Amino acid sequence: MFRKLHEPSERAVTVFIDGVPARAEQGESVAAVLLRETPHWSRTTPVTQSKRAPYCMMGVCFECLAIVDGVASVQTCLTPVRDGMRIQRQTGKRSLSA
Amino acid sequence: MQTDAIVIGAGTVGAAIAFGLARRGLSVLVLDGDDGDYRAARANFGLVWLQGKGMNMPAYQEWTRRSVDTWPEFNTELTELTSIDLQYEKNGGLAFCLGEDDFEKRRQHLQTLHEQRGGNEPGFEMLDRAALEKLLPRVRFGPDVSGASLGLHDGHANPLKLLAALHKGIAKHGGTLRSRSRVSKITPGSQGFTIETQEERFFSSRVIIAAGLGSAALAEQVGLHVPLRPQRGQILVTERIEPLLPLPASGLRQTREGTIMIGATQEEVGFDTSTTGTAASHLSRKTVQLVPALADLTLVRQWAGLRVMTPDSYPIYAQSPVHPGAFVTLCHSGVTLAAVHATTIAEAVIAGEIPSALAPFHHRRFNVPKAA
Repeated sequence: MFRKLHEPSERAVTVFIDGVPARAEQGESVAAVLLRETPHWSRTTPVTQSKRAPYCMMGVCFECLAIVDGVASVQTCLTPVRDGMRIQRQTGKRSLSA
Repeated sequence: MQTDAIVIGAGTVGAAIAFGLARRGLSVLVLDGDDGDYRAARANFGLVWLQGKGMNMPAYQEWTRRSVDTWPEFNTELTELTSIDLQYEKNGGLAFCLGEDDFEKRRQHLQTLHEQRGGNEPGFEMLDRAALEKLLPRVRFGPDVSGASLGLHDGHANPLKLLAALHKGIAKHGGTLRSRSRVSKITPGSQGFTIETQEERFFSSRVIIAAGLGSAALAEQVGLHVPLRPQRGQILVTERIEPLLPLPASGLRQTREGTIMIGATQEEVGFDTSTTGTAASHLSRKTVQLVPALADLTLVRQWAGLRVMTPDSYPIYAQSPVHPGAFVTLCHSGVTLAAVHATTIAEAVIAGEIPSALAPFHHRRFNVPKAA
């Protein structure tokens, strides 16, 4: 669906989405990486479990929530990638421990 | 247009009474205000609550108990009629205590209420910390939590679903609800009351003023002088989480959808529905002291509403002595009292007489000169 227009070359980092390594570039948001990687969605909703993907990319819509390094409900469009970052798609209601 | 009864105000109080009147076969017209009006019914926390209420007013304890006792059948009736799930649960409710002094004060408060009522069954238990942890196994309480009082008759519901169900129930029983119909004038006549909005004029032999904070000016027109003031309450709501709190607590409850509601402030700021950072931090701090893990949750909304307060905080139910058929009904516990508003108050309006058990709620109680 989305692809990068250039090669990150020396700015390349690796993040893990649900344990699967993904290439990313320093300075870009976690949401951008989630959009690039299949299956493209970032979370399912708490009540009806329908899928949601990053949408506004500017911190307004809260569709891009995911678990980042163990912290749930992180707005991934406002979170820059970091080498080795662990990202999990967030399903359903959050539990207090994650 | 002529009807058996006109109810002014379609908030939780007015809607419950109108529902009760329509259900008993009266033709009912409900006139509601504008979107910009103060709407306590849409800011409510959602407790159906008995414990701790009614100090020095045993009639209020009795009245509240009657309502929480009849809420289950009220809920069943409304749900079956409207197919709206009120998300009502009645499994008891908690008031948390911080420190041993607070725990003992709470016990004394509830014991005093029990003695004032003079009933046989206290309706509450004091739970020490161990008992509380056993009751709420998923919750890790903060170090200051000493226990809680458990109100055996308490429960909660979704106040917006209740309001929607009442509105639908009124229609199902043949009543009419008109929004954007703020009443400007009530003119008592020999055969009844002429009720005017900006655009229309209605006639009825009975009028029930349940217009919240707008009631004082309307009640004046039928010779009832009710003292009222707004009291602001602010509420915070978190994102939805897995079930954590199986019971509602005073100021902390988890909704069916999973959000945690945190309430509520009591502020004397006049007609001001602003939300404030001060209140958000006060409510957050209080909550994190109870359950530290809640600090991790995202808050998704904060809002403010204005309670309809009388000088002693208890309801006012009165019929005009000079213009019989005109009633005023005011309270800030519209959700808890909805079941008796839909039955006892509706029947009182039909009978044309407020029953003697409700005489303590007449506003003449505020006119008694204080002893020196």
